[in-house]
Amino acid sequence: MTWKTLLLGATASLAFAQVAQAERGSDGEVRVIYYQAPSILNPYLSAGTKDEEASSLILEPLIRFNPAGEMVPWLVTEIPTLENGGVAEDMKSITYKLKPDLKWSDGTPVTAEDVVFTYEYCTAPGGGCAQASIYEGIDKVEAVDASTVRILFTEPKPVPYVAFAGAQGPILQKQQFADCLGEKAPTCTQQNFNPIGTGPFKVDEFRPNDVITLSANPNYRDPAKPAFAKMTLKGGGDAASAARSVLETGEFDYAWNTQLAPEVLDEMLKGGKGRMVFAFGSLVERLEINLTDASPSLPADERGTVKHPHPILTDIKVRQALSMAIDRALLAEVGYGDAGKPTCNLVPAPAAYADDTNTGCLTQDIEGAKALLEEAGWTVGAGGVREKDGKKLSLLFQTSTNAVRQDFQSIIKEWWNEIGVQTELKNVDGSVFFGSDPGSPDTFPKFWADVEMYANNFNGADPEAYLAERICSKIPSPQTQWQGQNVGRFCVPEYDDLAVQLGQTGDLEKRGEIARKMNDMLTRDSMTILPLVYRGTLSAASNTLGGVDINAWDSQLWNVADWYREK
Amino acid sequence: MFHYTIRRLLIAIPTLLIISLIIFLLLDLAPGDPMAQMPLTVPPEVKERMRQALGLDQPLLVRYFLWIKQFFWIEPLNVLDSLFGWNLVGDAQRIISWQTRSPVADIIAQRLPQTLWVVGLAYVIGVLIALPIGIISAYRQYSWFDQIGTFVSMIGFSVPTFFTGVVLIILFSVKLQWFPSIYDTTLVVDDWDSLMKQIRQMVLPVMVLALFNASQISRFMRASMLDNLRQDYVRTARAKGLSEKVVVLVHVLRNSMIPVITVIALGVPTIFGGAIITEQVFKVNGIGQLLISAIQANDVPMVQTLTFIFAVLIVLFNLIADVLYGILDPRIRYD
Repeated sequence: MTWKTLLLGATASLAFAQVAQAERGSDGEVRVIYYQAPSILNPYLSAGTKDEEASSLILEPLIRFNPAGEMVPWLVTEIPTLENGGVAEDMKSITYKLKPDLKWSDGTPVTAEDVVFTYEYCTAPGGGCAQASIYEGIDKVEAVDASTVRILFTEPKPVPYVAFAGAQGPILQKQQFADCLGEKAPTCTQQNFNPIGTGPFKVDEFRPNDVITLSANPNYRDPAKPAFAKMTLKGGGDAASAARSVLETGEFDYAWNTQLAPEVLDEMLKGGKGRMVFAFGSLVERLEINLTDASPSLPADERGTVKHPHPILTDIKVRQALSMAIDRALLAEVGYGDAGKPTCNLVPAPAAYADDTNTGCLTQDIEGAKALLEEAGWTVGAGGVREKDGKKLSLLFQTSTNAVRQDFQSIIKEWWNEIGVQTELKNVDGSVFFGSDPGSPDTFPKFWADVEMYANNFNGADPEAYLAERICSKIPSPQTQWQGQNVGRFCVPEYDDLAVQLGQTGDLEKRGEIARKMNDMLTRDSMTILPLVYRGTLSAASNTLGGVDINAWDSQLWNVADWYREK
Repeated sequence: MFHYTIRRLLIAIPTLLIISLIIFLLLDLAPGDPMAQMPLTVPPEVKERMRQALGLDQPLLVRYFLWIKQFFWIEPLNVLDSLFGWNLVGDAQRIISWQTRSPVADIIAQRLPQTLWVVGLAYVIGVLIALPIGIISAYRQYSWFDQIGTFVSMIGFSVPTFFTGVVLIILFSVKLQWFPSIYDTTLVVDDWDSLMKQIRQMVLPVMVLALFNASQISRFMRASMLDNLRQDYVRTARAKGLSEKVVVLVHVLRNSMIPVITVIALGVPTIFGGAIITEQVFKVNGIGQLLISAIQANDVPMVQTLTFIFAVLIVLFNLIADVLYGILDPRIRYD
């Protein structure tokens, strides 16, 4: 017997085992813990990950992304493309066909009108829809017939799969939400807490910020699923106690986002009750370098604006030296264990967009960094700190308050110290740092510091919008109320041109080429963004819970219909 | 006494209004943004529109008076509505939480039972343990009982609950597996089994909090007993030939209880405030957990309403403690 037949046999028996248990509700209850408790079950009123994921048990989009970042037709029969005629030749419309006989959990049919309504709901003025950005650029959504819906775009859209996709874009029931448009959205507590959906579960009781009890949707499209009759989603506490309740006490089956120090997790795994599951999406922890002068001696409306280039960091040699001094593999290991990989890319995945050749930053080179600084004219002065023209090479390095980030800060400070760069560390509470109060001096877009560290990712599996955040016009300034994500104040006309090109290119191979080029311009070529760690999502699952397929491109609970109890 | 109470209640009104304004201004001045928890993938202009939908673009004073109106007028009307089935509120906007987009009062009502059960029971048990310990410790000062009592209360008082809580979870939930580490707020007690379940899940959080409360109150009790035991009237009572039991439990205890009852009454508002840390550790998800999660999410209407309710309770129980004092101690008269 060869390996291949062995594996085939194993797969077959696995499939058989699943078939043998395939009866809806035969496996009793599944218990899930989210240490951040869900507040609302309508993802259009909260973009918080916890709320989006809890909603994904009930509400479903037209297309989902699988753990590899590929599109999966979810409520539709197939992914529309130019080839199959689903996408119009002029790329200005896309047509979805709903799966036949789709039903809401209350037994009424799902129609194209519901999809149209969902669009109206999120774009109604005064509603403050959290997902408004995925419905941008749409001229009209129309129901062609009961099961066909067409989206018309204002401009040609080469990648039209943003609306109604992933955990951000589920379909709402028109009948239920009809009176909740616009300013009335927040008054619909009953609807927001008990949405009627097409997903494998339906809400029995929702207690905001505490617990959700759900039961199997009797009208779910696969009569054999879900295997669990009941689900409890408890919220509250912290990541450590959530992990403990799965790995050590066995009270829960699945704990979301148990991002803990690797040695703490190893200790908990000795409990023998569960395992860690992880997946990688597009989240990258990075250093951003400020190309403008944020010195407090400047007037407030000029501080940190392009009017004053940074006196030290505009020299690419200094930026390069800062990058070379960092041992990314060590940082990934110390901070994230299995759920972190060193990276030099801002777009680390999906494979079509990631530049595999951009690996130069992975090896630490302290001596090389020193030589570069010498070359740039920074010589070692008093106390080992480099100086040039009487000016010290001293930087302010800020990030949000978080144990791993503070560890990273002090390790990086140590390395920079070795090459003669003096570093002052600062950490700001996350609610301020990631807040957008234009009056606060401490937000990450205002960036009144020299270097800052945070993590970001993109929705769906296409980086177009993410890379477009780095064009010149997205530089935060007093004119934009300090909003915008081009926090490093990077501005190269060639990059802006590429961003426009990417927005007009439909061919996947070409898109990959452009995206990789843009990624390299930001990282390897200009050293304005220094990616550090490609971060995965880490959750804990009980050994008795089968079918878990953690996903970083969509809701972690995307395939909860396939979960079952190992016998 | 009656006039005194009325006068105090009237004074409380401006006090509370000023407190509410201070809370409001402090929350407004504090840095933080309700949209900070949203992922960075949500663009700034969308966040701005969400903020507008929350009413954050209104001027400070408008928001303050809206809240005052909602708290003192619409919410009480709503209580009447739900009690008598009327419809006085109509379409008026109630205080809406920014996190959940649902009325704050409903969530508080949903949370209160858990907190009252766990934190209230812990308070009662704490008091019940503390009083005898305090009495015996004082009566047998410097005995081994007193020494142990002092030691235990020092530990209970100085070791923080986030530490004792986690230690108890590791011991009783992880190693021995006797009690659950996570509280089930949906449990309905309707038979013997569910009652046992409820008791099992309450043991650990109640133990942690009761130890903390007992150590505090037992020290007060002991000190107050010691003060009284040395008084002349105690010697007189003994000289009259009264039994030790009567001397200690009737004469001394009664007089010693006066300050202790004040302390107990002043501690009652903290029951409603919940136990932020203990609730978080055991996932009891009562008022304390509600407050801390609202603070983390910058859910200003929720924080404002909760802190103001605490302020009302504190003012109220201060008054109750003063009145009780007058009733218990004939030497004190307010009129």
